[in-house]
Amino acid sequence: MGKPRENAEKGRRMEALWLSLKLAACVAAILLAIGMPVAYWLAYSSWRGRFLLESIVALPLVLPPTVLGFYALVAMGPRGPLGKLWIALFGHGLAFTFGGLILASVLYSFPFAVQPLIASFEAVDRRLLDASEVLGAGAFRTFWQVILPLSLPGVVTASVLSFAHTLGEFGVVLMVGGNLAGVTRTVSIDIYDHVQSLEYGAANRMAVVLLVISFAVLSVVYAVNRRVWTPWAAK
Amino acid sequence: MARGKTSWRKWRRVPPLILFAFLVLHEARAQGGEIRIAAAADLKFAMAELSEEFEKQTRTKVNVTYGSSGNFFSQIQNGAPFDLFFSADIEYPRQLEAAGLAEPGALYEYAIGRIVIWTPPDGKVDVTGQGWKALLDASVKKIAIANPEHAPYGRAAVAALQKAGIYEQVKPKLVYGENISQAAQFVQSGNAQAGIVALSLAVSPAMRGGHRWGIPAEMHPALEQGTVVLKDAKNKDAALAFLDFVKNATGRATLVKCGFEVPEKNKGEKK
Repeated sequence: MGKPRENAEKGRRMEALWLSLKLAACVAAILLAIGMPVAYWLAYSSWRGRFLLESIVALPLVLPPTVLGFYALVAMGPRGPLGKLWIALFGHGLAFTFGGLILASVLYSFPFAVQPLIASFEAVDRRLLDASEVLGAGAFRTFWQVILPLSLPGVVTASVLSFAHTLGEFGVVLMVGGNLAGVTRTVSIDIYDHVQSLEYGAANRMAVVLLVISFAVLSVVYAVNRRVWTPWAAK
Repeated sequence: MARGKTSWRKWRRVPPLILFAFLVLHEARAQGGEIRIAAAADLKFAMAELSEEFEKQTRTKVNVTYGSSGNFFSQIQNGAPFDLFFSADIEYPRQLEAAGLAEPGALYEYAIGRIVIWTPPDGKVDVTGQGWKALLDASVKKIAIANPEHAPYGRAAVAALQKAGIYEQVKPKLVYGENISQAAQFVQSGNAQAGIVALSLAVSPAMRGGHRWGIPAEMHPALEQGTVVLKDAKNKDAALAFLDFVKNATGRATLVKCGFEVPEKNKGEKK
């Protein structure tokens, strides 16, 4: 393999990696913003039908990416509700764009953000919440000053898991992405392309990077949980 | 406790019985014969007709798996249990034969693939009268093709675009399907406004209603499609019989009806 080709491959690899990291970071940030109110409501609501919403939140865990990808593709198309709206607003469809990928990934990684948040919100001692209320703090202040600081490990877990899960996403991206360099060709798609072209060496170079990043990210989650969560749970 | 035991005893013959039933059923099926075919995605409709007809004639069950030829190629190298491999690119079967993984002498070029520009029935652009110009239309924002890096149809599409002299112009509009079937799905779902797809897909029930314009065969390297019977085929006789069936006049007619061209040299094959 000549030098220029090697460089081109490296450039392509960096581009895909950068895109995946960017996508994962955006999705993690959005999920944190949407996930917190949803998790708050699910953790403290006394509505009897709560289980229905919980089931909806957990759906992406059990649905295959093909189902999500299929619905996303149809919804984003000019005949779908979302596609119609998007085309009216921006003049182009959502599929094959970075925005479309973000949307699909937010759906796909939703439970990975919301479930750790619910768990940590629920673990907060109710007496502290009552005390906060008695002392005159409103719900919003109680959330910021009592619940959130006590749920920090859950917040870290939620953001790290949604980041990692988006980084490793494949099926949905394959179905709505269109494999555009720098726009929708993520690391996992690039690896697939290399395997399809029987370039196992290039696939391996990329796969190792993903393996190392994923391991590092998961180590962070477990480290945080070990050090901070255990003493609380024991209390 | 004792009661629990007796009631359990009543049921203990059931698992072996179920197992036995499965074995009997499995044997019964195996006796009728069964072949497993790995087929390129562009064959989806042709293969369905061919296997239905073959099943009727021979009572051999045909199991077809559709996918990308490159994927099958690596799976077969790693021991995938297929009897026959219908590739969209004859290069893969040729390499399998060279590697000793195919039945010697069974390599056969069964068809030549054709490509068309396809636009949806409700689209703003009708490609029928316009040909290449349709792709340059401002309302065509995305054009779906198969990934030229590993899909033969993608390579043909790029070659034809280059030959037409508009590749650089339309390149920013291109989106890439993992295989030709996905490229078709991108445009059929309306997410892309035009696509360069296999004729065999354009004539399929789901896409028949759209508009198409045939790209002249000389504008791209011929999409020679080849098949081999695999060395490790479990049911070699039935596999060879299926191959004969594809070679004969009915098989060839089915391929033509489903959007393929039959190589000139095959036309003299036995009836």
